[in-house]
Amino acid sequence: MSQCLQTIQDYGLRALGIGERLLPRSEFTLCEQVTLIGSGLLWNVYFAALAVFLGFFLANLLAVAKASGNRWARKPAEWFIFLFRGSPLFIQFFLAYELLVQLPRAGIDILGITVQTSWMTRAWAGALLVLVLNTAAYSAEIFYGALRNLPKGELEAADAYGMAGWTRYRRVVWPTAMRLAWPAYTNEAIFLFHATTLVFFSGFPAYQQRGDALYYANYFADKTFNPFIAYPIVAGYFVLLTICLIALFGMVNRRLNRHLPGAAKKIRYRPNLIR
Amino acid sequence: MMFSYCTDPSALQGLAWLSCYLTTGNHMLFYASFGTVMLLLAITAPVALLFGFGGAMASRSRIAGVRWFGRIYTSMVRGVPDIIFFLFVPIALDQGFEWLRSRVYCDPSVPVRQGNEFIVCAAAKLPLSTSPEWVHQAYGIFLAVIAFAVVFGAFAANVLYGAMNAVPRAQLETAEAYGMSPRQVSRRVLIPQMWTYALPGLANLWMILIKATPLLFVLGVEDIVYWARELGSAKTRAYAYPHPDWRLYYFLAILVFYLLMTWGSERFFDRIRARLSAGQATAAGEAMRKTAT
Repeated sequence: MSQCLQTIQDYGLRALGIGERLLPRSEFTLCEQVTLIGSGLLWNVYFAALAVFLGFFLANLLAVAKASGNRWARKPAEWFIFLFRGSPLFIQFFLAYELLVQLPRAGIDILGITVQTSWMTRAWAGALLVLVLNTAAYSAEIFYGALRNLPKGELEAADAYGMAGWTRYRRVVWPTAMRLAWPAYTNEAIFLFHATTLVFFSGFPAYQQRGDALYYANYFADKTFNPFIAYPIVAGYFVLLTICLIALFGMVNRRLNRHLPGAAKKIRYRPNLIR
Repeated sequence: MMFSYCTDPSALQGLAWLSCYLTTGNHMLFYASFGTVMLLLAITAPVALLFGFGGAMASRSRIAGVRWFGRIYTSMVRGVPDIIFFLFVPIALDQGFEWLRSRVYCDPSVPVRQGNEFIVCAAAKLPLSTSPEWVHQAYGIFLAVIAFAVVFGAFAANVLYGAMNAVPRAQLETAEAYGMSPRQVSRRVLIPQMWTYALPGLANLWMILIKATPLLFVLGVEDIVYWARELGSAKTRAYAYPHPDWRLYYFLAILVFYLLMTWGSERFFDRIRARLSAGQATAAGEAMRKTAT
């Protein structure tokens, strides 16, 4: 037991570079596997939380642009969504890494200030950028669908109240669109969370062996030649966090539907059907 | 070597150099790996559909054990990232096969797990170490196909299970009222009727399957990603065709390939959807009727 506490101290934050430098090399106790894989999970949560948060705003912009009548707004949004929804995330990671590597090593001069660029090739920034753009494209398609399915009556009611433009969008269009899109958006968030496991299997190197949960699980499975312990551990972690995510999004869903008695049904997670 | 003038690449310039460069043996393997992707799609899609059908039928079974198996199978992809299965299934299957073979071909008293090693005798190895290289590749692809089929079978089971539940109860009850047995009801009414409801989900699944194919690289198959990295990396003067790091361009080519694949599939499904919607009492069918008149 005390040995396990020591392991948690050594490896609990290993994925962030805190604690023991060397990864376990022999023995590979259950405690070590659970601790190290759990520490890797910090990266999955980091990527998912920030990508969903930032992607949400970009997705709303894109959805409005795609739904707009102005073709200078619509066409770029359509192309962006097509590009990111039509190609595999795995390839996007590779491509983004190769692109970011091409940035000048010394940094870019903007108005006399040298902007460093080397950090962009690191996973925490580069992979996050890809995930943000990717989830923005998928979410934008969901939000766009919701904008198209707005009940006619609600828009007419807004018109009747003399609302237009931003006021109409903020008080009628957006809340209703979010309400309609939320179950599908929940699926997208879960899928994105699961997709964060791809980061360290694509171009982005794990700097000083600071990887995500699957990176460490793969490390243990390779070292022990036993896939039956490490992979179930990481799977268990993901099931737990997915349940938390569904609970969190369910709370938002109830709030979005609070004016409709009986409408706030539990979100049924139907994996991937919208992706 | 495709063209006769390619014998001395260092003497070539411009387009001639490029035409020779793009037709080297390794480039041919790169182009062939696009075929591997297509092959994987062609094999996996029907097998996964079969797995999915089995999973969906099992989830509806009257026998509790079978039903639970089906439920667990269909729900396993909900909480766990698919890439974990892609890593787990091939190595687990490989060890399972080798363990079975070791019980037959080796001394059964020797355990396969010795500390942190998984050891079977040479006769039980899969494929045998004497096998040619292509057997190793084919075995890798075989394991990958099973891994894809298991994961996408679970997705398909979700779709088909939902589609079966979407068939109006009244239709099934009518069939029962005609005195059909449960088997007859599912064969004559449930299964023919569910496809309309399943098609959107299955179409989506096909798109996801296309976009999952580069994960072959993670499974160690020499696929398009492998060759793109291999061919694109910087080549020094020691090589016949020296060039700087061109991986970006190779990945761009792969990106275009996938965009074309998904775009083409989308067009195809739009047509099928239009055909299925024609004359249906749904919103899409109604919209078609209005534009026609």
